[in-house]
Amino acid sequence: MPLIKNGRLAEDRYVRLLDESPIPDGVAVIVPAARFLADADEILRRDGPTGVEWPNNRKVAELEPYLDRLAVVVLSFPNFKDGRGYSQARLLRERYGFLGELRAAGQILRDQFLFLARAGFDALEVAKPGDAEAFASALARYSVFYQDAGDDRAPALRRRLARMAAVTPREMVR
Amino acid sequence: MYLYDDFDRTLVAERVVEFRDQVRRRLSGELTEEEFKPLRLMNGIYLQLHAYMARIAIPYGTLSSEQLRMLAHVGRRYDRGYGHFTTRQNIQFNWIKLEDLPDAMADLARAGLHGMQTSGNCVRNLTTDQWAGVAAEEVEDPRIWAEILRQHCTMHPEFTFLPRKFKIALTASKHDRAAIKVHDIGLRLHRNGAGEVGFEVIVGGGLGRTPFIGKTIKPFLPKRDLVSYVEAILRVYNLAGRRDNIYKARIKILVHDLGADAFAKEVEAEWLPIKDGPLALDPAVIADIAARFRYPDYPRLEENPPELARLRKADRRFDAWLDNSVTNHKVTGHAIVTLSLKPEGGAPGDATSDQMDAIADLADRYSFGEIRVCHEQNLVLPHVAQRDLPALWRALDAIGVATPNVGLVSDIIACPGLDYCSLANTRAIPVAQELTRRFRDLELARDLGRLHINISGCINACGHHHVGHIGILGVEKNGEEFYQITLGGRADEKAEIGALLGPAVPYAQVADVVEDIVAAYVELRERPDESFVQTVKRLGVEPFKERVYASH
Repeated sequence: MPLIKNGRLAEDRYVRLLDESPIPDGVAVIVPAARFLADADEILRRDGPTGVEWPNNRKVAELEPYLDRLAVVVLSFPNFKDGRGYSQARLLRERYGFLGELRAAGQILRDQFLFLARAGFDALEVAKPGDAEAFASALARYSVFYQDAGDDRAPALRRRLARMAAVTPREMVR
Repeated sequence: MYLYDDFDRTLVAERVVEFRDQVRRRLSGELTEEEFKPLRLMNGIYLQLHAYMARIAIPYGTLSSEQLRMLAHVGRRYDRGYGHFTTRQNIQFNWIKLEDLPDAMADLARAGLHGMQTSGNCVRNLTTDQWAGVAAEEVEDPRIWAEILRQHCTMHPEFTFLPRKFKIALTASKHDRAAIKVHDIGLRLHRNGAGEVGFEVIVGGGLGRTPFIGKTIKPFLPKRDLVSYVEAILRVYNLAGRRDNIYKARIKILVHDLGADAFAKEVEAEWLPIKDGPLALDPAVIADIAARFRYPDYPRLEENPPELARLRKADRRFDAWLDNSVTNHKVTGHAIVTLSLKPEGGAPGDATSDQMDAIADLADRYSFGEIRVCHEQNLVLPHVAQRDLPALWRALDAIGVATPNVGLVSDIIACPGLDYCSLANTRAIPVAQELTRRFRDLELARDLGRLHINISGCINACGHHHVGHIGILGVEKNGEEFYQITLGGRADEKAEIGALLGPAVPYAQVADVVEDIVAAYVELRERPDESFVQTVKRLGVEPFKERVYASH
């Protein structure tokens, strides 16, 4: 599965583990949620970065105690119409202050890249390498945004006010 | 009118560029119909029985004459010379070719029109009172808040893939003309004991196959908190709403399953951490939006000019129209005029391009260039000088939109039904057309008083049959069209779901049955001014049932 990280095709150095598999030392791993929670402290004490794959029907609040020690959280999109992951992402970033890699995996469409980026994802597992090229244009498609979403794109409401504050009285008359 | 600036225009233009690319990919075969579907849906394009259908947003039902002319142009150039106004204050074009759609959208964009937020599982076009800003009893113009929410929800990165579509309606009047209690969120602007203006927040109302009246979860929400609170509701719904069954995915099911109190608690918990963040509305932001709503510079005019009384006496048709279609305006000497899109034998809500052009011209001449769309599928000229009413009436009458049946038995709300819609099981428009013929006698209609008939061609309830005083729902039985009749529904501040009259009747009998119901009402009412819904409320459906089924 090609990985887009910060807008570029990147090598995925993480090994995806199943529920049963032993967790190797010194290797970057992504562990399923239930497995992780059953043994979180042990897994995090291990040598090597740890990620967790979190299902979209479980509260991300459960992850809060571990977030500063997690390198990656993978949120899943079982199909492109299921948008729970967007809310989970915003909660992880904005409420719980997660700073690591936030990865979207599953069925995601190019036309959703901008939404995903705005919700706080910085890594996407995509279907085709060509999606990486589409990423830049998908993110550049819009220059106007109407709402705050926790990213740094200022909503039109605020840009208008800033512009009004910046114009001289002469310009306002015109 | 709300004035678009370069930010709004840029966004709409960027949307057209994106859409043009998507259509190109579809036409070249790069995208399958299945892949194209979510993309077109985000622009209001449905695949109907015969062709693609384009639904164009008319936010909170307000149009400029320039915009109405553009709709007329699109109807003429790309469609068959007409458009269909919907119960969500939008317009639909039924016959546009896929290869023409990008050009049609580009033309619409020149007038600030688009199809964003009109389909898909997102926050749909917001609706409000068609008399917003001009109703005498209003607390303040609800469209300012509708616009703030419209902007917030447009292409919202978190809420574009909700469990199901999401509809918000607002009102600022005691008399609810926006049906806020049957919306996912209903917002009622009102003044509290301390004299402050804020919102009553109602959630979980809705029609469809499981109708519910919404529940109040916050009696008074300060204005500054409107966006953050709506965000909290949407987040709770996005995370917890059902996705396993399309028929149980609306927020009404979640609110019902959790209970309104528990739902309110979840919203509160989600809201408190974001309430004082960037979503708290800065008074300068509110003032900026409010300042972009331009109001006419009304001339000072006398109330009830003598020429009205003169013409009333001279012309009974004018008199009837004035009584029926003209309403008090908050400014002295002015009036609100409703244009009936329900002529005898017509399809409810249809307007031809020629009519739209003529109405746009009349709006320029008599209504400061502004038009409103009602959820009852009629149009409104909101700022008419009373002294202009005779001239306006003649002009409206000449183009067939002055039938004095607004709010009466022949002012029927109907979905497109099987004639257009791929979801429908039965026809709706022909039922409406037949009923307008049966009730062509305007004297009789006036005597019957307020009587709303709503027709849906399937259980999805786009014709809002549950809240019709007489509701008609088409169902298919062994390949034949049958219709269930409900009585006593209403969508206003006393919202109620109608009660079933009895077994469904075949297509051929619907109009007869409705006539029998109406005759029963005339017999049963206590006094001439006891309205149809009052009579049903007092007696229940039984006496109607006895009379109707005795004769069929």
